[in-house]
Amino acid sequence: MRVPVMQATADGTPVIIKKSPRAAFAATFRMPKSKQRSTKLHDALFRWLTRSFAFLVLAILLGIIVSLVYGSLPAMQKFGFGFLVSAEWNPVTEKFGALVPIVGTLVTSAIALLVGVPVSFGIALFLTEMSPLWLKRPLGTAIELLAAIPSIIYGMWGLFVLAPLFADYLQPWLIASLGALPLLGALFKGPPQGIGVLTAGFVLAIMVIPFIASVMRDVFEIVPPVLKESAYGIGCTTWEVVRNVVLPYTKVGVIGGIMLGLGRALGETMAVTMVIGNRPEIAKSLFAPGYSLASVVANEFTEATTDMYLNALFELGLVLMGLTIVVNLLALILIKSVETPGTRRA
Amino acid sequence: MPGRYDQYRKLKSAAMSAVTVACALCVILPVVLVLTHLVREGVGALNVAFFTQLPKPVGEVGGGMANAIVGTFALLALALVVGVPLGLLGGVYLSEYGSERWNSWIRFGADILNGVPSIVWGMAAYALVVVPMKGFSTLAGGLALGFIMIPLVLRTTEEVLVLVPNAYREAALALGLPRWKIITHIVVRTALKGIVTGVLLALGRVAGETAPLLFTAFGNRFWSHHLTEPIAALPLQIFTYAISPYQEWQDVAWTGALVLLMMVLLASLASRMTVSKNRQIQL
Repeated sequence: MRVPVMQATADGTPVIIKKSPRAAFAATFRMPKSKQRSTKLHDALFRWLTRSFAFLVLAILLGIIVSLVYGSLPAMQKFGFGFLVSAEWNPVTEKFGALVPIVGTLVTSAIALLVGVPVSFGIALFLTEMSPLWLKRPLGTAIELLAAIPSIIYGMWGLFVLAPLFADYLQPWLIASLGALPLLGALFKGPPQGIGVLTAGFVLAIMVIPFIASVMRDVFEIVPPVLKESAYGIGCTTWEVVRNVVLPYTKVGVIGGIMLGLGRALGETMAVTMVIGNRPEIAKSLFAPGYSLASVVANEFTEATTDMYLNALFELGLVLMGLTIVVNLLALILIKSVETPGTRRA
Repeated sequence: MPGRYDQYRKLKSAAMSAVTVACALCVILPVVLVLTHLVREGVGALNVAFFTQLPKPVGEVGGGMANAIVGTFALLALALVVGVPLGLLGGVYLSEYGSERWNSWIRFGADILNGVPSIVWGMAAYALVVVPMKGFSTLAGGLALGFIMIPLVLRTTEEVLVLVPNAYREAALALGLPRWKIITHIVVRTALKGIVTGVLLALGRVAGETAPLLFTAFGNRFWSHHLTEPIAALPLQIFTYAISPYQEWQDVAWTGALVLLMMVLLASLASRMTVSKNRQIQL
């Protein structure tokens, strides 16, 4: 049906047009062509702006890797693969090898996980399965607080408080109790100085606990209540529910959380630098001072007098970057496979 | 009928429960120990001079960390200028535009960047900013911190933007608003509190960073007057003082650490408050 419709034109004189109501409406309220064009342009501009910033993330990642590779290229050419297995670190003769800091980083991180994982597991279980409701919030806050404290403060605390405590109490006790064991005893020998690999590992443990614990808590919480309730229903104890229902269901996510903590521990700089002792040799005992990848860079970067010295430090950074990327990649994949419903087996 | 085995099971469960309680205590213990020690050691030198005076040379009494505190704020301001717009608009792209295939790559890149060790950020900033500019500078430090913020802000922005109901976008589209106005005026504004929370959290994280500043901002005993000069920062100054052999410097380092922690906690407290307000409007 066509009805006459009054429409005001640009110069204000009304005209009668014969169109369907819908077309008339559109004709009346359509934006002028020029405005349409500018709106389209703005939209496209905005879209491209956001797009370029989003892709900037990938560019940054690439930029970091390229700058590290570029910085370490001369060292790579000079030392080749031997860089990774040589224990020599001598700025005077320009002989560099990464074995000492690599071992130091791995050992401190291993101690951190050995101490941190059981504790994180315990607190995540406590939070999800046992804690009374009123306690959940303050405890969650404490964990967040632990994650919020800057690493430099952990470093100071480790250096001035924890290290003397370790030297006076924990280490003499460990020497007395474990030092006599065959093989393992060698790890617990030497003067109890406080500062060293063991203390660095402990400080790291405190620092990674909040990360591991919060991932574990999150994956424990996605266990369907029906599964747990049916286990309780057939008479399981709390521990049996955890052991036989919660843990198998969340296994992959738990490992992902541990990997995430490992990624943190590997790259941690300031706290380790302050308590590990910074001696460029492979520690014979856990009490001896050592060195880690990040702390070598932190200590020596501004003191690097020759180009090759700087290049070697860049290569240490590259090794560290490679290690953390691999570990974080694994963590991401594992955690994601648990948290996305539908991708896991029933 | 409870047999021996059942008793053993109950005992085992109770023992394991006790272990988890012990673990909970293990986590609270370091928090309490660190905080109490920090307050006990740091309060002594906390006075007006600490906030108003430059550091004094070894042996002289008094002095403060005014330059480091101002320096930290300057670096954080630079980081905000760099990190917030880039991260925010990147997050907008992930939530509002973008194809699923590329989005997952960008998310993935951001997650990897979040795990990059802070010392590596410092090295990259050294190679990309300090070397071309031929010198340590405020700009390099601020850029390093800003770049650390980008993936953090991007991820949280995306997470809150997807929570904005689609009906809002559709209603605005029906009114004929252009897409970019819908996003800036409606979507972002609705999720603003969540975004602010994310920014504050990111700010709290970079405020305490030391490693990326070691060879970018470098530190400065005096005031810094230009973006191209090295600048003092609270974490850097704390580090220098803490590892120095002088007792007076170590005391000042504790006070600096206390002030730094206060700043970080303030940021996280502020973010917490915006979150609890957020809950009220049921986003």
